[in-house]
Amino acid sequence: MNKVVKNATEALQGIQDHMTLMVGGFGLCGIPENSIAALLQSGVKGLTVISNNAGVDDFGLGFLLKTKQIRKMISSYVGENAEFERQLLGGELEVDLIPQGTLAERIRAGGAGIPAFFTPAGVGTEVAEGKEIREFNGKLYLMESWLRADFAFVKAWKGDTMGNLVYKGTARNFNPMMATAATITVAEVEELVPAGELDPNEIHTPGVYVKRIFKGSNYEKRIEQRTVSK
Amino acid sequence: MLDKNGIAKRIAKEVKDGYYVNLGIGIPTLVANYIPQGMNVVLQSENGLLGIGPFPTEEAVDADLINAGKQTITMLKGSSLFSSADSFAMIRGGHIDLTILGAMEVSENGDIANWKVPNKMVKGMGGAMDLVASAKNIIVAMQHRSKDGQSKLLKKCSLPITGLGCVKKIVTELAVLDVLPEGGFRLLERAKGVSVEEIKAATEGKLIVEGEIPEME
Repeated sequence: MNKVVKNATEALQGIQDHMTLMVGGFGLCGIPENSIAALLQSGVKGLTVISNNAGVDDFGLGFLLKTKQIRKMISSYVGENAEFERQLLGGELEVDLIPQGTLAERIRAGGAGIPAFFTPAGVGTEVAEGKEIREFNGKLYLMESWLRADFAFVKAWKGDTMGNLVYKGTARNFNPMMATAATITVAEVEELVPAGELDPNEIHTPGVYVKRIFKGSNYEKRIEQRTVSK
Repeated sequence: MLDKNGIAKRIAKEVKDGYYVNLGIGIPTLVANYIPQGMNVVLQSENGLLGIGPFPTEEAVDADLINAGKQTITMLKGSSLFSSADSFAMIRGGHIDLTILGAMEVSENGDIANWKVPNKMVKGMGGAMDLVASAKNIIVAMQHRSKDGQSKLLKKCSLPITGLGCVKKIVTELAVLDVLPEGGFRLLERAKGVSVEEIKAATEGKLIVEGEIPEME
């Protein structure tokens, strides 16, 4: 059960225009830098991208926005990106804004085989428009449906040849759910080790979810807000 | 009148020993600076951390460790890390004792608007809708009036709603107020040097003033 591929380019095999992708990360923390670079190079376009944020102008998903490879973003927060704003206001880009917890749960549901669920987030707001509302124990909830994708690109700290993954710090964020919710999940890791070297007690994402894994290189890990104390 | 730090300092008094607290971006983040030493409070960051510590020293900066405002942070002893799905499960599941967040408008029945201004770039609601829909206790840090003097404590919100009937308490530059379950802002405290009349004039929604209103300590 060896899932290892040589690099990001090989991991992209089978990707086509107009596919739906999930891309892990919160802001620029825990984003699959190598896979994004390979997507840029592949020129694949018309993409629907499910990702909590949309990168910044010159990093992360901002690269793919600049080249107009993305047709639609499904996100919870898309500030910090002037090119995004320009394309959105110009009607070149579609965006679907979803409450962050609902986004996380829709992806989790996609991976877990739960087609829909009820959540209180968004009741009484424009998010509720057109959605089924139901009362449970005297409180209103709205129905949300699962999200799934053709490809998921996730970033982990360590991984093994069987695709087991361990994340670091808050770089975990959306990566574990996304890893479960796509036809082909590509994991890029900083350290790739033979099966048996990771402690099974400490695996965050079991290898069953991961189809392809490779060791990434040249991580920049850009910081958006470098705040320090003296 | 209170400045941003004054508002944060006053809100910190609402934090109790043993609380798990989610702090929003802006003034709410400052509340962490005024939680008394020795009080056991765990701060949640909705991107997947319980136990937010102070900003790191230059040498300790870690790109893989940020808060929901994307600032570099540290972890305290006993911290735990988890996914965004787990994070919002603990929020929706009612496991977070207190949520402190900012608002553009609050109505007298506790509706809050804080995510979208018409004709301005829509950046998204982030985690705000999940937080306000589920938190057991929500305290809002906000300005009582807009820059041009319009009240932001209203009968009904004019901006797109983030959540209905959820705000319990408000601290502004002028006052501390409870939002009553039956509707209305009950005045609890005045900022130093601010009169009840001034607060009345700044509040469009129903203001309830009972007895002598003390000045904030």
